[in-house]
Amino acid sequence: MRYMLLIYGDESGWGTLSEADQQTEMAKWFAYTEEMQKAGVSTQGDALQPTATATTVRDNGGEPLVTDGPFAETKEQLGGYYLLDVADLDEAIKWAHKCPGAKYGKIELRPIQEFPDA
Amino acid sequence: MGGDVDRAEEAVQDAYAVALDRWPRDGVPSTPAAWILTTAKRRAIDRLRREAALRDRQALLAHELEEAVRELPGEDDEMIPDERLGLVFACCHPALAPEAQVPLTLRLVGGLTVPEIARALLLPEPTVAQRLVRAKKKVRLSGIPLAEPEPDALPGRLGAVLAVLYLVFNEGYAATAGDALVRDDLAAEAIRLARIVHELLPAEPEPAGLLALMLLHQARRPARVSEAGELVLLSEQDRGRWDRAAIESALPLVDAGLTLRHPPGPYALQAAIAAVHARAPRPEDTDWHEIALLYRELVRVLPSPVVALNRAVAVSMAAGPTAGLALVDELVARGELDDYHLLHAARADLLRRLGRNSDAAAAYERALALATNEPERRFLAARLEECRA
Repeated sequence: MRYMLLIYGDESGWGTLSEADQQTEMAKWFAYTEEMQKAGVSTQGDALQPTATATTVRDNGGEPLVTDGPFAETKEQLGGYYLLDVADLDEAIKWAHKCPGAKYGKIELRPIQEFPDA
Repeated sequence: MGGDVDRAEEAVQDAYAVALDRWPRDGVPSTPAAWILTTAKRRAIDRLRREAALRDRQALLAHELEEAVRELPGEDDEMIPDERLGLVFACCHPALAPEAQVPLTLRLVGGLTVPEIARALLLPEPTVAQRLVRAKKKVRLSGIPLAEPEPDALPGRLGAVLAVLYLVFNEGYAATAGDALVRDDLAAEAIRLARIVHELLPAEPEPAGLLALMLLHQARRPARVSEAGELVLLSEQDRGRWDRAAIESALPLVDAGLTLRHPPGPYALQAAIAAVHARAPRPEDTDWHEIALLYRELVRVLPSPVVALNRAVAVSMAAGPTAGLALVDELVARGELDDYHLLHAARADLLRRLGRNSDAAAAYERALALATNEPERRFLAARLEECRA
């Protein structure tokens, strides 16, 4: 079953870390990504730029209505994702728990909606 | 009587048991052998009906499972020695909200219907139906495995599993509505599953406590309902009809539940209370002081108004109706349990014992207006008449 592993956290936290701590954290993320690749459960995943870089687009009578930033002011922002392919929710939970982001934020697991012939 | 020797034998034994109970009272019938056979036949039919009902439920269960999951898990994993118990643990998956876990387990494992679940949980039927639909959808779409969890996940789900098994037992032991006071099939199934949980996690005190609690309640079952289908109060039960073997098997479990962890958990404490009753040969031998002490502990670990009500009753037995009534009136003053018929029934009983018959009658009337179980209603009506007389 495929899941989107969505990583939420306080994006302002990263800037408060020392350079050495940032490197330690990055190493954890790389190790986690490598472990998932080796286990064959994830081949895709990315970190996202902070929400300040976000652009929101809606349709406004045939014209694009473009605004700055995301809509909601929330404490935790979407900071990255992995695409998982595992047996079931329990396996997905194990990988989510291992994610470094689970230590200082939260992980949301969303099953991918599969369409026939997709 | 059908071709099933065991069933026929059981039925005849049942009939003898009824005869032993009845003949000294009502006199021996003119044709004892024919009486035995007629009674045995009736009992066999009852048993067959119950078994058929259980089989129907199991067929339904299988059907719903197929709906819920496309393929069932393999049989290679033997961690939990029972498919249904694996299902109980799966229904208590933490990805399901507690409000969904309980109805889902009662439906898939207990085989209860939506109206039965609604009564057991004191919820409107549409609410239960909606929760079940959502829970099944979540199981299917989120990929929740309906299989035994890994061993390290068991203790984390234990609380929910025990709560659900106790609810199933209670629905069997004290059917919440209708004419039948007990549904043995459900109670027996809950006991069977609780036993497996205990064997699976022998070092955990609460499964031992819950199993003991169920066995001790079930041991009273033969004396709990009269031949006429009336509810018989604990103090008025014929203790000779209590299942001594069940009690003996439960007592070591009570000790295990109490000693494995300090302070003891709610099931171990409730089992200990039931054990005090079981040890008393006559109602007047009951050690109510010990029961009141155990309830004091229980209120601490399980601070619910229902437990507080039971404690008040125990205190009234240990220290007199005035002390008990003070505790009950505290509950009344807090406005808790005002819709709970047993609060008013307990209050009525204390008032009656204090000789305040008109106050007692008013409380019985309130209890009667709230009770839904027919035999319980008949009991309350009889007491109301006594108070008015």
